[in-house]
Amino acid sequence: MSQEEKIKESLVNKFNYLSDSIKIVRPRRISIEVSLENFEQVFAYLAKELQFGHLCTITGLDEPEKLGFIYHLAADSGILINLRTYAPKNNPVIKTVTSYFPGAEIYERELVDLFGATVTGLPVGNRYPLTDDWPTEEHPLRKDWKPKPAKEGEVDKNA
Amino acid sequence: MHNAPEFKIPIGPQHPALKEPEGFSVALKGEKILGVDIRLGYNHRGIEKAAEERTYIQDIYLLERVCGICSHSHSTCFIQAVEEIAGLAVPSRALYIRTIIGELERIHSHLLWLGVAGHEIGFDTLLMYSWRDREVVMDILASITGNRVNYGMNTIGGVRRDINPEEKQEILNGLKILEERTKYYIEIATQETTIIKRLSGVGVLSREDVLRLDAVGPTARASGVKRDIRADDPYAAYGELSFDVITDDHCDVYGRTVVRVKELMESYKIIRQALEKLPDGPLVVKAPRKIPIGEAISRYEAPRGEDVHYVRSNGTEKPDRVKVRAPTLANVQAVKHMLKDRFLADMPIVIAAIDPCFSCTDRMVHLKEQDCGSDKVINWPSLHTYSIEWHKERGIDFTQLNKKLQERFTR
Repeated sequence: MSQEEKIKESLVNKFNYLSDSIKIVRPRRISIEVSLENFEQVFAYLAKELQFGHLCTITGLDEPEKLGFIYHLAADSGILINLRTYAPKNNPVIKTVTSYFPGAEIYERELVDLFGATVTGLPVGNRYPLTDDWPTEEHPLRKDWKPKPAKEGEVDKNA
Repeated sequence: MHNAPEFKIPIGPQHPALKEPEGFSVALKGEKILGVDIRLGYNHRGIEKAAEERTYIQDIYLLERVCGICSHSHSTCFIQAVEEIAGLAVPSRALYIRTIIGELERIHSHLLWLGVAGHEIGFDTLLMYSWRDREVVMDILASITGNRVNYGMNTIGGVRRDINPEEKQEILNGLKILEERTKYYIEIATQETTIIKRLSGVGVLSREDVLRLDAVGPTARASGVKRDIRADDPYAAYGELSFDVITDDHCDVYGRTVVRVKELMESYKIIRQALEKLPDGPLVVKAPRKIPIGEAISRYEAPRGEDVHYVRSNGTEKPDRVKVRAPTLANVQAVKHMLKDRFLADMPIVIAAIDPCFSCTDRMVHLKEQDCGSDKVINWPSLHTYSIEWHKERGIDFTQLNKKLQERFTR
């Protein structure tokens, strides 16, 4: 049995509801989908018990009827797990993972600025990556957001 | 010292000591740093959004410009994800050529870093030496790819240019000089007292902190964490080549210097093997214009550490989502930690030690003669000669020195 299959088996034994949502995509790549309410226990189990001790980054997705979040967790064996969860678009609230990975702070700020997610428990700090005067209701990586066309030869007086 | 007043100083986003815009708000008590608040985002160009508006082929060139130094890293990382979605079997000759360019890029990046580090500690002789030697690898890259940076070697399904036997010989000749010089730098880094004393105990980051803060690349490896994507999650031709992952236990800027100079030797080893084994065959397989629905994540060991690209396709010729995480972002939290309770004077070298990104310039000069309006193009060799003559006329002549150097290498 390959290492990937062992990881899958141990996850399914621990969390029965994952049996249909774990896929071994290719050697060293596993993809898991989990509901928002079960997210933290699976995340904690991967990070603490299965030694997936490196959070590469968090990818935000506009689905577009909901917001998707993929946590890319790597182990020293080279195996990478893409742990995916969804939040409704009208109330996109997720919990911070900075208690597991303090380095996640900057990735979560990106989700706040670019996707309009609300991350609870995020420490007070500077926004990233948009400017301080960027409107808080505009999130550039949402599919319905389009850059305003600049008028030729005209300077935007409101900017 | 305990009576020293506490105050805050802003450094950046525009500041003479910074090469790129970033904001530091440093809380000081006397000369000691109490804490640092970092504001990033001044270089945010909306590349991820722009990538969704362009075709996959256009995106290669867009993403190659995420960074001026690790341009090949970003384009390779991106196309690896696209090729995985499309299920393309990239010819092994192309994988080897990607590996060779990737390692040449690492050499130029690490030598550049060595010079910057020397400069930040007032050791400008090291800057002059290492940047002169860096020209050897820049010339190799320019002659193989046509560019000093932003090589444009990659395309979906393979590479766009071959390495012919003459170019192979040119690389091997260059490596001989570079290896000789690197041995000298390893000697400097491990024996020169001023370097050891200035860098030891500066910017300390323990092994536990690396693991906790998710630092990557030479920054992690200098704290004894053996993480290298080339070995852990092999891509391109790395799985078929043998090399060592260099680590060090000093956990400070000194350790990061040692790791980088020693990694140069590994790069030479990798390139020699890759040139030796370079398989025959096609350079590219035909890739579809529309990439089928799917997603993939690709990892790449850039000179600064792990680079991550996530790509999702929707069956059209444009990607649905492209996510880029460059290594510097992963090391930002570590920098905050390294600066705490240290002296303000250590700040430049501590920041430089994670090797944050810089930009390179173009090298082709296009002159329009004022009188007749005719075009005159100066190519790289004649520009090089012109600059040497220009300096000679002003009394700066390195001919004798260069001759000595050449004799040493050909001996």
